[in-house]
Amino acid sequence: MTKEEVLIEVKNLKKYFPVKAGILQKITNYVKAVDGISFYVKQKEILGLVGESGCGKSTVAATIMGLEKATAGSIEFEGKNLLSLNKKELKKVYKEMQIIFQDPFGSLDPRFKVGDIIGEPLIIHNMVKNKKEKDERVRELLDNVGLSSEHMNRYPHEFSGGQRQRIGIARALAINPKLIIADEPVSALDVSIQAQVINLLKDLQEKFKLTYLFIAHDLSVVKHISNRIAVMYLGRIVETAEKRTIYKNPLHPYTQSLFSAIPIPNPMVKKKRIILKGDVPSPINIPSGCRFHTRCPKAMDICSEKEPIFKDYGDGHFAACHLLN
Amino acid sequence: MKEKLIEIRKLKTYFSTKRGILRAVDGVDFEIYSGETLGLVGESGCGKSVTARSIMRLIPEPPGKIADGEIWFKGRDLLKLKLEEVRRVRGNDISMIFQEPMTSLNPVFTIGNQISEAILLHQNISKKEAMVQTVEMLRKVDIPMPEKRVNEYPHQLSGGMRQRVMIAMALSCAPQLLIADEPTTALDVTIQAQVLDLMNSLKSKFGMSMLMITHDLGVIAETADRVAIMYAGEIVEYADINTLFANYKHPYTYGLMNCVPPIDREIDRLITIAGTVPSYYKLPQGCRYHTRCPLADDKCYFQKPEMKEVKKGHKVSCWHYKEVENLKKNGIQADLLKSKGSK
Repeated sequence: MTKEEVLIEVKNLKKYFPVKAGILQKITNYVKAVDGISFYVKQKEILGLVGESGCGKSTVAATIMGLEKATAGSIEFEGKNLLSLNKKELKKVYKEMQIIFQDPFGSLDPRFKVGDIIGEPLIIHNMVKNKKEKDERVRELLDNVGLSSEHMNRYPHEFSGGQRQRIGIARALAINPKLIIADEPVSALDVSIQAQVINLLKDLQEKFKLTYLFIAHDLSVVKHISNRIAVMYLGRIVETAEKRTIYKNPLHPYTQSLFSAIPIPNPMVKKKRIILKGDVPSPINIPSGCRFHTRCPKAMDICSEKEPIFKDYGDGHFAACHLLN
Repeated sequence: MKEKLIEIRKLKTYFSTKRGILRAVDGVDFEIYSGETLGLVGESGCGKSVTARSIMRLIPEPPGKIADGEIWFKGRDLLKLKLEEVRRVRGNDISMIFQEPMTSLNPVFTIGNQISEAILLHQNISKKEAMVQTVEMLRKVDIPMPEKRVNEYPHQLSGGMRQRVMIAMALSCAPQLLIADEPTTALDVTIQAQVLDLMNSLKSKFGMSMLMITHDLGVIAETADRVAIMYAGEIVEYADINTLFANYKHPYTYGLMNCVPPIDREIDRLITIAGTVPSYYKLPQGCRYHTRCPLADDKCYFQKPEMKEVKKGHKVSCWHYKEVENLKKNGIQADLLKSKGSK
């Protein structure tokens, strides 16, 4: 894999949120939302980032997009470290990266017409000369996402959740980005609408040769759309592999339990389920050694003492677990 | 021969709004037998929660109104009872757990207090005794250190724990029927597995029946004995669990079964259901599903299909149910996205 093939590479990224207490608002602790993660996404590939609530995946999206300031680590986009660029240089880079949010109701400004929502990035990045050009481009984008040009003059509240998500996608496509970060883009939708939007995202990726970082908690959806999958737990990536590999041969006990927890829509299949005990620990109080050891059905003594190293077990199949040594 | 625990006949629940009458539940029939779980499946807005709340008489009147129907439970029609009598049934014989455990628990009372409250409402015992039972209930739902947690507030618990507290509350008076309205939708998949496991085991321990409301066919496969599929206020298909998955006959069921990516296979495109649910203010005169159905024709537009019993215990409401086999064979894509028909 050459350097040219990689579009974005995150190295040892950390994002901590301070916890303040007392009258003087002193920092007493940190929420270690993202605690040292590394991954890359190749050009035109879809990397699925999957994990349950609180694992830090949305924080990863926000930090890459600059909506949150990274605490440590590096984010290299086309070889340039975003954390060392100035405002002007950053603006140029963000032109190549766009985000689709989870909440179809909160992510669109209710006071803007749809045409203006989609057209806003075009204006900010000086990609159109006048209103006529902007409207033409907006019409094209609406068409790409299966909406019609008459929708341009309506307001978000006039649309359903699925349609609003399409508007969000059109907005993300407006300035021809190379990378789209989709942060739980279908979780808030009904299953029949989810299917429509998933098909749309796949079609757009092929048509416009896009690269996606697809973040979700639904493993079935992530597996369907992604090429490779990275599994997150409590601020760290525990396993990364090509999707068929990670499904057929999950190495990490957490990945195994995630797959086994998915209820199969087939009453004839009596699965042997790995039921994890307890709840996810708080990111303020991360367990010693391997952070998964408190819930791991296969935990050994060393797991509470030493952190396992994230290693390559062949063909780009990475995992961090003492059981594998 | 299993005994019928509850029977719902021709239930109609309507809401008066500025834009007209919203017919949320429009003629629903089903029954639940002792010791079984009936799954009620449908997407958001189909009327399944309103059905559940109608059984519990939790529909605010106004703007809601149970316009018609009967709910037979232990020899009485629940819809004819006075509210005071309903209160004796609610929480005692029939209990309910809701989707969002955080908003269903009172944030200013301890969980011990809330569970005891349910017990004290239905049993003539002292507060101390109620607390003893409360701790026992928490233990039964696998909450570690229940004597300590009894004094905690909802915000101190995780989502999975809160749902267990809700289950403890609902089971505190050993009801015969537990209505679970999307109990695991808001939970992570590993916690969902824990909670479903718990619910199944408690169901056998208590000898209860369950009405499991969800949109997730995987959850249904793991918990239900029989299933009713709901769409736009009506039941469109009704069968036992094995028949439903092996031999479903309604086009909407076909859509539901095929629009979720399977974990164990790879498919190229998801089969989608075109369009969206019709507005409840402007429901089609014929079949409510015809606007999205790949098999729809003029008959479907004009005439509402009758519920037909295609096999003992398997009912379908569709003029073209025999043709659904073709859909399954050809994998017809009901995706009208490209013709801009999507709304």
